[in-house]
Parts: sequence; structure tokens; C-alpha cells
Amino acid sequence: MNENLIWVIIGMGLVTYIPRMLPLVMFHTNNLHPRVQGILKNVPFAILGALIFPGVLTINPDSVLYGVIGAAAAFIAAWLNLNVIIVVLASILVLYGYTFL
Amino acid sequence: MLPSPAISSEQTDGLWKKGIQAGLPIAIGYMPVAFTFGLLAKAAGLSLFETVGMSVIVFAGASQYIALSMVAAASGAAELILTTFIMNIRHLLMSASLKERAEDEPKWIKAIYAFFITDETFSVAATSQEKKITASYLLGLCLTAYSSWVVFSGAGYLMGSGLPESLQASMGIALYAMFIALLVPAAKKSRKVIALAGTAAVLNSLFSFIPFLSGGWGIILSTLISAVSIEFIVKGDERNE
Repeated sequence: MNENLIWVIIGMGLVTYIPRMLPLVMFHTNNLHPRVQGILKNVPFAILGALIFPGVLTINPDSVLYGVIGAAAAFIAAWLNLNVIIVVLASILVLYGYTFL
Repeated sequence: MLPSPAISSEQTDGLWKKGIQAGLPIAIGYMPVAFTFGLLAKAAGLSLFETVGMSVIVFAGASQYIALSMVAAASGAAELILTTFIMNIRHLLMSASLKERAEDEPKWIKAIYAFFITDETFSVAATSQEKKITASYLLGLCLTAYSSWVVFSGAGYLMGSGLPESLQASMGIALYAMFIALLVPAAKKSRKVIALAGTAAVLNSLFSFIPFLSGGWGIILSTLISAVSIEFIVKGDERNE
């Protein structure tokens, strides 16, 4: 079983690496249609939306409010143009404080 | 824009440092996730070697968690690898998007940094102010994140007990806070960004109620639908970049 598991892990690594590598290394995208280029440039902002919701609401399985408070703290800090790392630390701190309320 | 073949070593040095700085929020965010992974791996009966090995070789949070639950449920190897593939196929989209902004560098270099594409490293790199994404910047960013992932996987396994509960819970916000911090400044400048993120957020939330769309597919579908439809609705009249 143990030796088997190492091979499974290597297999997991391979199937994870291939989609990461293929477009960057193999595709010839120099003459992409402008519309396709536009879509690819949209991807980062679209994916951020999908990564934040609904995940942020589930960080505490017992309370949606917990995620809402954390997200609101991050939103306010980010709105003030604070550095990313400050936004992260501030949100942790706010939630840490909230758990003691 | 930098003339592509002639990046001086001084510039490379600066880019590398910028990358490391940009990677720090990810390193913080990975800490509790990797730590918990180490703990759960031990509970699932993995050895330290297998636990750290998985973090070193796979480097993909959600699929590593799922792998643990499948090992615990004694699932077959093929099923485990297929599930990992489905979970991580969304990286295709990120890799293709990154290629649009990648500096013209040899393919073998791209093949190396491609390994480190995750939701987090991609989001930071793709929203950065760099005109072109260079290997120096990206490797500084990714190795910072990767070190945290690997080290804290091992630390979680060895410590054998969780972080204090209040700290563990509050640190769960870290990666989401980072995503929000990457999104908000761009959203303030562009209604298109708001539309893109908002559409994908609503779609992905709806998809989370559909069992076979959970995990990897929901994110891919919502991102694609949003990126394509907004591109056709907003006909490039609001390009400020």
C-alpha cells in the first residue's frame, strides 16, 4: 500500500502539472483573434469572483456571518488602497477579535 | 516595455525581490491550510515522507485534501488520480491567460514556472502591475508560496495538534482577503472588472448547489461564461490597460 501510494502521488503530480504546462509551453498563440485575447485577459478578474464566492461564506461552517465580517474587513482595507499583506493581516486580526466577542 | 532579450542582471534582481514580496501574502495564507493538511494526513495514516512528498510533487491544495479523504475511504488509485485531474484542469485556463502576459522567454523556463501555477500565484501574477510577467518575478513569487506550503505541511504533521482554534479559524480568511485585495483596486477603476467578478461570483455560487459542478468544474464554467459573455457585451470600449 505504501509503495503504491507514492506512485499515486506521482500520478497526481503529473495530471496536475500537464494542464499547468500545456498552454504556456505548447500553444502557438501569437496570432490569436483579438476577441480571444480579450477573453483571456478577462480570466483573472472573473476567476477572482469565483474564487471568493461562495468560498468566503463557508470559512466557518457554523456561521455565514463570520465569513461576511472577514470579507467586509478585507473589502474596507482594500478600498483604502492598503498593501495586500496589510489587508490580509487586518482581516485576520478583525476575525480574531470577533471570536472573543 | 523591456526589450525582451536584454534584461540586465540588476533588473532580474529587482524583479526577483518584487516577486518575493508579492508572494508573502500567499505564504501567510497557505500557512493554516498546509498546517491542517499535515494534521489530516497524519490522521489518514500517511507517513511524513508521503505527506511532504504530496505537497512537493502536487502543490494543489483542494485536490490534496480530497486525496486524503479518498485514501481514508480506501479509494482506488485510478479514481484518485482522475479526481485530481478534474479538480486541477482549471489550471489550463490560467496557463493560457498567463501566456498572454508572459515575457518572451525560452520554453524550458516556462515549463519550470508552469509547475507553480495555483489559484493564488496566478491571481497575484495576473493582477500585478508588471507589463510583462518574467520568470524572475514569477519564481520569486511562487517559491515564496511553495516554501510555505511544503514547510507547513511538514510542520502540521509533526506538531500533531492544531493551531489554537481561534487563530486557526481567523486565519481561514487570509486567502480570501488576499483575493479581495487583488480585486478591489482593479474594480475601483473599471466597471468591466466588477461585471466580470460579479458574474462569475453569482454563477459559481449557484453552481455550488449542483453536486456534479462542485469542485473544479464550477470554477471553470463560471469563469469561462463570465469572461466570454462580458467580452461580447462590453465591446472593448472601456479598456484602460
